[in-house]
Amino acid sequence: MSVEPPGVQTFTPQAFHRQAHDALGNPQIRANFRSAMDGLMGKRREAFADWELEALRELGASVRLRALAQLPDLLERLEANCQANGIRVHWAEDGEAACRLIRELCEARGAKAVIKGKSMVTEEMHLNAHLETAGIEALESDLGEYLVQLNDQTPSHIIMPAIHLNTDEIADVMHDKTGIPRTRDVDAMTAAARAQLRERFMAADVGITGVNFAVAETGTLCLVENEGNGRMTTTVPPVHIAVTGIEKVVEQLRDVAPLYALLTRSATGQHATTYLNMISGPRQAGEQDGPEEVHLVLVDNGRSAIYQDDELLDTLRCIRCGACMNHCPVYTRVGGHSYGTTYPGPIGSILMPHLMGLEATKDLPTASSLCGACGEVCPVKIPIPALLTRLRREAVGEGRGNVPGAGSKRTRTEAAAWKAWQWLATHPGAWRGAAGVAGKLGPLTPSKLGPWSDHRVAPKPARHSLHALIKRHRSATDEEGQS
Amino acid sequence: MSARETILGRLRRRLDGPLTPPVSDFSVMSGRGWGREERLRRFEAWITSVHGEVIHTPRADWTRVLARVLADKGIRRLALGRAHPVAAEARAALAEAGVTLVDADRPVEAWWETLFHEVEAGLTSTAGGVAETGSLWLWPTPDEPRLLSLVPPIHIAVLDAEAVEDTLFEVMERHGWAAGMPTNALLISGPSKTADIEQTLAYGVHGPRELVVLLRH
Ligand code: SF4
Repeated sequence: MSVEPPGVQTFTPQAFHRQAHDALGNPQIRANFRSAMDGLMGKRREAFADWELEALRELGASVRLRALAQLPDLLERLEANCQANGIRVHWAEDGEAACRLIRELCEARGAKAVIKGKSMVTEEMHLNAHLETAGIEALESDLGEYLVQLNDQTPSHIIMPAIHLNTDEIADVMHDKTGIPRTRDVDAMTAAARAQLRERFMAADVGITGVNFAVAETGTLCLVENEGNGRMTTTVPPVHIAVTGIEKVVEQLRDVAPLYALLTRSATGQHATTYLNMISGPRQAGEQDGPEEVHLVLVDNGRSAIYQDDELLDTLRCIRCGACMNHCPVYTRVGGHSYGTTYPGPIGSILMPHLMGLEATKDLPTASSLCGACGEVCPVKIPIPALLTRLRREAVGEGRGNVPGAGSKRTRTEAAAWKAWQWLATHPGAWRGAAGVAGKLGPLTPSKLGPWSDHRVAPKPARHSLHALIKRHRSATDEEGQS
Repeated sequence: MSARETILGRLRRRLDGPLTPPVSDFSVMSGRGWGREERLRRFEAWITSVHGEVIHTPRADWTRVLARVLADKGIRRLALGRAHPVAAEARAALAEAGVTLVDADRPVEAWWETLFHEVEAGLTSTAGGVAETGSLWLWPTPDEPRLLSLVPPIHIAVLDAEAVEDTLFEVMERHGWAAGMPTNALLISGPSKTADIEQTLAYGVHGPRELVVLLRH
């Protein structure tokens, strides 16, 4: 059992309702997310103003689908081309295996200090905690990740990990945890973090990063970033370990261009990030810098199961831009931590059930009003609302049953109630009889109907059904006509 | 069975059967139809919008402009390559300028401390520019290694006006990137930045806080 340090708040998907409720009652969190998300939505809109957005999204979707359609072949091609470039390729069935593998790579080098670039897949497998148990310190170098790590938290957004903190809170963290004089000056705090992290880059034995696109055709790993910490992590330490989910492969180098155009604009409304860093090998003979060893760890962790089903497959098109959460009316109100999962928001709600099982995550697919905003902005056209409804069906045992934990939300009473409803609705005589009885018993129906009536008035059956009223109206007008 | 075989096996024996790869229409990625002026205008507008600085200079005069930039910014330690004409011309022109020239064409381990703590600016050539995004593209070499454009607080990049093309897609296609990628290929659009502290932009978080493009005509 892992022991949490004091003061650390842990969030779980099982406690979604309580966590969401708490977040809604916290004006600070609501204000932090609201202002950030409003800004991001506006910037995204502007960034696409010049583009034939539909054609570009169509292209993005087709690039991703083309890669998935040939996934096993492309993974083999990626492996062969990486190896030809001198990159060592490893495979891991799940997060635990990946953690073990990465730890062994570190131990083989006698590594004690690891510096990390931003990587959601390593968050997914809790790599830092794993390395720590082996006496290896893993330090995050993306500023947001660094702040979140200093604050003993997890990211609340996949692109902007520290979005839940405001300047004052960050000033406290920087002061309390790194000992710098307390300041609200963003430039001063940034400069302090730069100085602190520079020393750590120089001392690091291993650099670990994620991958945005892995190109099968050329054996190239692409990293998209603004800060330069990704470039530092992949250039300064003697070993670079890149970790990626198996779905991140693309077929050709040219495929990177549309995905990059979509990713930066969808994520933060930028026409380009500061850096697109494309790595095709370790330091070659005669080169002056770069790591001696580059490793690529291909992680499955539930992805090959998602891959089996034609509808669920779309989940794997995701390029992790975060636009779906920025535009989600639920996410923007409850914030990222409420979900209690590595990936929050709409993408988390369609992905995490596969990674953690529906039993633990059954509340996530229903944490949506199905307004459709996520599907509309998704740069690779993932039909997120349709996938949410599919998972809702799976949760109550009405789907294909091929999602882990399928049926775990099914209750006898609910199932029986719907069955009865279905029977009544297809038997008009019985329906009319029941409606008549319900109308008579109207005053006796309960005014509390579980969570439904927490914020609503419980419905009362009308004294006379619409059907009966129309009938009466008709016969009255008929009589008038006759007289 | 190895993890590799297990994973590939699962993907190959797909429950819903094999998938057909669609054909992708890339037409939206090219065909901008911009003339030379428009191309340069867009390049400059975009790169300056993210805090990059563009200084135009006649080709013959560029080292004089470089010397002025160094003087204006108070740069007294400049790291640069040797073999590339950009580095060679800069070395010749700056010999008497009172700037310490630091050799970048040697294993980084040999000048680690100098690079991280003393060098004030790095000078590099560029392979070209991208108008649509205001980007520079660089393929670092043993003469101008990767860290030269990353570690010093100021990055001075030399770009020829005729090397600016419309889109990244066209650059990749025309220059045959896929036929032979270097160890590291880079697209640089502005100085290093972050918005991780409450969406407030700050520059130079890990890489250079200033990017100066000497655009040679
Ligand atoms: S699901 Fe779509 S919108 Fe959401 S993170 Fe993935 S690519 Fe972006």
